[in-house]
Amino acid sequence: MTFMKFATASALAMMVAGAAAAKSDITLAMQLEPPHLDPTSAAAGAIDSVLYSNVFEGLTRFASDGSIIPGLAQSWEISDDGLTYTFKLAEGVSFHDGTSMDAEDVKFSLDRARAEDSANAQKALFGSIAEVEAVDASTVKITLSAPNGSLLFNLAWGDAVIVAPESIENIKQAPVGTGAFKFANWVQGDNITLERNPDYWGTPAKLDKVTFKFISDPTAAFAAVMAEDVDVFAGYPAPENVPQFEADARFQVIVGNTEGETILSTNNKMPPFDNVKVRAALAHAIDRQAIVDGAMFGLGTPIGTHFAPHHPDYVDLTAESAYDPEKAKALLAEAGFGDGFTTTLKLPPPSYARRGGEIIAAQLREVGIQTEITNLEWAQWLEEVFKGKDYGLTIVSHTEPMDIGIYARPDYYFQYDDAEFQAMNTALEAEADVAKRSALLDKMQRKIAGDYVNGYLFQLAIPTIAKAGVRGLWENAPTQANDMTGVYWAE
Amino acid sequence: MSRSLVIGAVLSAVFVLAALVSFVWTPYDVLGLDIPNKLKEPSAAHWLGTDHFGRDIFSMIMVGARTSIAVAIVAVGIGMLLGVPLGLAAAARTGTLLDEVIMRGNDLVFAFPSLLIAIMITAVFGASAVNAIIAIGIFNIPVFARLVRGAALSLWTRDYVLAARVSGKGAARISLEHILPNVTNLLIVQGTIQFSLGILAEAGLSYVGLGAQPPTPSWGRMLAESQTMFSFKPHLAVFPGLAILLTVLGLNLLGDGLRDALDPRLRRAKR
Amino acid sequence: MLRFVARRLVSLLVSLAVASCVIFVFVEVVPGDPAAYMLGLNAQEDTLNALREQLGLNGTLLERYLNWVGGMLRGDFGTSYTYRTPVSEMIGERMWISLPLAIYALTLSTLIAFPAGIWAASQRGSLVDVLVMGFTQLGVAIPNFWFAMLMVLLFAINLRWFSAGGFAGWEAGFGPALKSLTLPAIALALPQASILARVMRSSLLDTLGEDYIRTARAKGLSRRQALWRHALRNALIPVLTIIGLQFSFLMAGAIIIENVFYLPGLGRLVFQSIAARDLIVVESVVMLLVFAVIVVNFLVDVAYALVDPRLRVRA
Repeated sequence: MTFMKFATASALAMMVAGAAAAKSDITLAMQLEPPHLDPTSAAAGAIDSVLYSNVFEGLTRFASDGSIIPGLAQSWEISDDGLTYTFKLAEGVSFHDGTSMDAEDVKFSLDRARAEDSANAQKALFGSIAEVEAVDASTVKITLSAPNGSLLFNLAWGDAVIVAPESIENIKQAPVGTGAFKFANWVQGDNITLERNPDYWGTPAKLDKVTFKFISDPTAAFAAVMAEDVDVFAGYPAPENVPQFEADARFQVIVGNTEGETILSTNNKMPPFDNVKVRAALAHAIDRQAIVDGAMFGLGTPIGTHFAPHHPDYVDLTAESAYDPEKAKALLAEAGFGDGFTTTLKLPPPSYARRGGEIIAAQLREVGIQTEITNLEWAQWLEEVFKGKDYGLTIVSHTEPMDIGIYARPDYYFQYDDAEFQAMNTALEAEADVAKRSALLDKMQRKIAGDYVNGYLFQLAIPTIAKAGVRGLWENAPTQANDMTGVYWAE
Repeated sequence: MSRSLVIGAVLSAVFVLAALVSFVWTPYDVLGLDIPNKLKEPSAAHWLGTDHFGRDIFSMIMVGARTSIAVAIVAVGIGMLLGVPLGLAAAARTGTLLDEVIMRGNDLVFAFPSLLIAIMITAVFGASAVNAIIAIGIFNIPVFARLVRGAALSLWTRDYVLAARVSGKGAARISLEHILPNVTNLLIVQGTIQFSLGILAEAGLSYVGLGAQPPTPSWGRMLAESQTMFSFKPHLAVFPGLAILLTVLGLNLLGDGLRDALDPRLRRAKR
Repeated sequence: MLRFVARRLVSLLVSLAVASCVIFVFVEVVPGDPAAYMLGLNAQEDTLNALREQLGLNGTLLERYLNWVGGMLRGDFGTSYTYRTPVSEMIGERMWISLPLAIYALTLSTLIAFPAGIWAASQRGSLVDVLVMGFTQLGVAIPNFWFAMLMVLLFAINLRWFSAGGFAGWEAGFGPALKSLTLPAIALALPQASILARVMRSSLLDTLGEDYIRTARAKGLSRRQALWRHALRNALIPVLTIIGLQFSFLMAGAIIIENVFYLPGLGRLVFQSIAARDLIVVESVVMLLVFAVIVVNFLVDVAYALVDPRLRVRA
């Protein structure tokens, strides 16, 4: 999970016919500014929000519905033992600096990402790769050490994009990719500009210029949209304003789903949360709908396990942890906490966490659990909660796609250590058969819901506000990106 | 009694009273949320309306007064407790290294804008009301030290102090027995002004999230949390802001009025 | 005079040295690992270590302090952990917003305060005086961030005269750039103007009560003539002190106001850097702000000594 990926939502349609629009540039605002522009050496989702698919492309890529489609690799073959993948690269692809993109560049990019001294934040994505081989200029062969059902999925991530070896030195300031837009300028603290790449190998972009503007403050975001300083606000941070925008003919509101499971993370090793009855009590003490209404002003789908509801393999388990304060009190009494207890609730900056935290604190107070709320910046949250595991409860949205595997990591910050689940996950990683994968995922979802590992709150829905004339915006956000290659203005 | 003294005293008394009453009674529980009744305009049931969690704004302003006043009073207390002795000592040993060190130390603290101190403290120790108090308190120390030193310097040249020195009293005793009583009026006036500045500072700090933490209501955070809703629910912006404005205004008027009432020289000059 | 300046200069240097130590020690104990922040949740320990080494985070405290101070003396503020650009460049860029904003606000505050204070003093007790004093009371008491929000609500969202925030950039031209600084400057200037107007008024009234003014009046000067010819000049000394002091308040106030208007200035840089644990930037910006305040105070002191030789003895 990439904690910073909470912010962004929308990506954009790729193919739209004939657009002779009056305006050929667009200003898209988002909340977080990238710290630098190398998607392959930081977790900051904001980097992908600007560059993914626009400037950088990988072998495969996410489509709007979350499926995996060809990117720089036009086709691939998988050997029968599932250990060898042979990718056929697109022809005539060149980087923005004019050099051509070939198999050697792919080998360089993947080897760099999985190297010993690599600073890639998602190094684990490449863990199963044993060797990358440039067979000829347009053929790449990847050999695995063990079968991996999600390799194509892994290669679609922003952390696995293909970079130009000559540009590595300056990639953090001047990224050079193969995409339909090239990087033009960065005014730190304010905006990044991309320009259309006239020599793009695929369908060219419709816009000449895209400006990404960074507005972190929700109030400033509202003012900027209202004053029409920006054309699109992707991942608009204040759901309370959505009705106003909906009522205003100048704007369109797009509410798509995201991969963000928002959960009340629980420190499973810290007493009294090491007692499953206490965790069950926690789950029953929480009124999800009140949180969705109060913190998100109605946006968001309640979830009962760590899985995206729009995914075909999702199982609705919300009934297992239905809101029932009396049952919660009874469970607490059974566990020996009839008089309640006091714990910490550490909240990162996004409003879902800050507001959700206040609501949860009030709900827990009803069943006798007192919480001490601490608001943390992300860096402190990482240090204290994620790394230091010094917390009782916290709220965070896990926005990476298909991340149920984190429950198989006993050292992960919620410290859930269950051999049965770990075995299921190992089986899943090696399984390429769709039906068998579905069955395993079903079992895994039920397992963590039954163990009440965390409080499962809701699937994050982040609205995108756009001017009425903007077309080609993606509805959903299968990965963190603002794909601008298909965006245009209606006449 | 001047008009500003009366208006100031009344305004200040209203908010102090609201804070005191909030310990035993508020119209609604400020910890209980009532999400179905969120964002209600002012009505008979909720005099000042409700916020985004359905909490009663009138009750929150009462409890918020408590937070603001507590933070400001303790911060002024810290400033006086440390600043006054430093000022007295500097005046008693004027021209010595001690004086120089104290005064340069004051300059140094003055060079750090109070908000920067607050940001740095909270960055290390986390945001809380206590850290807000420390940050505002630190900033108050040089204010009182300078004030007391200035006033004490002129008192040291007075005949009765000279008499006390001749009679063999030590500097510390003279400071306590003869100097301190004569600067109390000044301290009361400056204390009132620092108190009002403290309330403003607390509001600013909690507005940027560096003050009292939820669920404790505070005026600055009430404004920060509802800022995105001002455009369609202006009552959320108006009342907490007015509470800050009126309290600070009241204390400033009170300070002015007290100065006029306590300082005969100024009173004469005014006529 | 030279002796005085020299002594003040020495104490200025001592202040700066002490301030740098305080800032460094303070910032260094801030919890939170910049490398962990940059790499996020799935980072592995060896990756983190590699990054820490790259950032120079593994040296001893003293080494890092000397590196930092030594670098600053050469104008090298180090490299930002997060942005990977020289801190001096970042500060330089943001300075072009914060400094003009402070000057703009100071100018506005002076332009409002001088006429208001003089007018009130010259017509003491009149309706004008009462109104000016009433408004300044309000101006001092209003929280400037609240005032800023109300202005955004009115002028940006409802009337749409101004942009709600952000900075047009100097390359967009002087007019648009100044326009985007106008609301923030007003929000910053209002409390300062109120204080200044009150000081102006009371200082004028004080000097008008002095013997030499009485003498001048006795010689047949009208109150108005006495005010403009004699009192104003002498009343300026306390006013200048306040303007000097206000510099530090403007810097502090700007931190909040820059956030309300999302101006990419120094104040926002401090906030962002603390959130990202970009310690080197925090240290440098705080040091720079403190340096500015200390130097301004020094200049005010020297200016005083030039105006009033009696003050030289005090230091």
